[in-house]
Amino acid sequence: RQALEEMRALYERNQADVSEAKSGRTDLIFLIRFRHCCLLRNQRCVVAYLYDRLLRIRALRWEYGSVLPNAIQFHMSAEEVEWFSRYKKSLATYMRSVGGEEGLDLTQDIKPPKSLYIEVRCLKDYGEFEIDDGTTVLLKKNSQHFLPRWKCEQLIRQGVLEHVLS
Amino acid sequence: MSEAYFPVGPGLGPEENFLSLDDILMSQEKLPGRAESTLPRLAFALGQGAGAGSGDSIPEGSKLEIPLWLAKGLHDSKRRIISMELPKIYKEAWRTVFSADANVVDLHKMGPYYYGFGSQLLNFDNPENPEIAQTILQTFISRFRRIMDSSQNAYNEDTSALVARLDELERALFRAGQKGLNDFQCWEKGQASQITASSLVQNYGKRKFTDMDG
Repeated sequence: RQALEEMRALYERNQADVSEAKSGRTDLIFLIRFRHCCLLRNQRCVVAYLYDRLLRIRALRWEYGSVLPNAIQFHMSAEEVEWFSRYKKSLATYMRSVGGEEGLDLTQDIKPPKSLYIEVRCLKDYGEFEIDDGTTVLLKKNSQHFLPRWKCEQLIRQGVLEHVLS
Repeated sequence: MSEAYFPVGPGLGPEENFLSLDDILMSQEKLPGRAESTLPRLAFALGQGAGAGSGDSIPEGSKLEIPLWLAKGLHDSKRRIISMELPKIYKEAWRTVFSADANVVDLHKMGPYYYGFGSQLLNFDNPENPEIAQTILQTFISRFRRIMDSSQNAYNEDTSALVARLDELERALFRAGQKGLNDFQCWEKGQASQITASSLVQNYGKRKFTDMDG
């Protein structure tokens, strides 16, 4: 459905250019009205499409974390990338100002936590992963570990680890 | 993606939401009308008449089918240009069907935006407006109970048979009900505290593999 919207928006954008070129010659009142309606319509479609893209990018920040994978960045236009970095900055500023000296990471703990340490199983090879007290853990496929919650949350959301309930 | 993505919803009543994709799709629906005065050089744009070219004019009184956004734009100048009629589903005959039993009507086939479109129709002055409004309301009330019932009790089933006859607004309600039911079941099973990979990641992972293969 999104792809259809895309096609329609692009097509109507072309149409807008054509209409604009022609409307310099019309001098009949209602025809001008008609063209005006079309232009407004095209504008509305394009604006709504772009706005929807922004909403999805915003959702990406909450789901994926601060760094987007390259394939997604490839599909975004330059303005969208800039918008994303500015949104990241304002979110970070806000998180720093809330709750104490160091700030509060709002993207953690989306579901209420039950314990500090959790059991995780690794789904794909990730490499080495360092925890706060300095020990490194090698994450290979299907290895199971018992790790502090806040470190793994990001990786679980990205699909690298899997939370196992005992 | 489902957790953090909040799209702009459709507008309520006679107003539309400018940025709502649902509203845009809804206003694309066509409605019948008649040209009040001659419309010169419009034939090419509206696709009327084979081979009319760009020099012909549409004679007065000819029937047109135009989308809603165009109708709204061309209507408000004391009706010099276009006069709109009601699509047949809002007319007298169908209104009696709805008042008899609203549950049997296949609203998806009749134009999937029955409620939204009907609310927009109230913008055009039409002597039957109060009855239209009343009919829409009554239809909604009588169908609502069945929607609520089926959405709350169909867990882990194929729901396509249930939603086939609902229009878009009702489908949104149905999905909301389903989501509530699923969340509740999750909570009962103790999965509420389990951190899961976001659905966006899962979908994205699948798509990436197909890109690499193909």
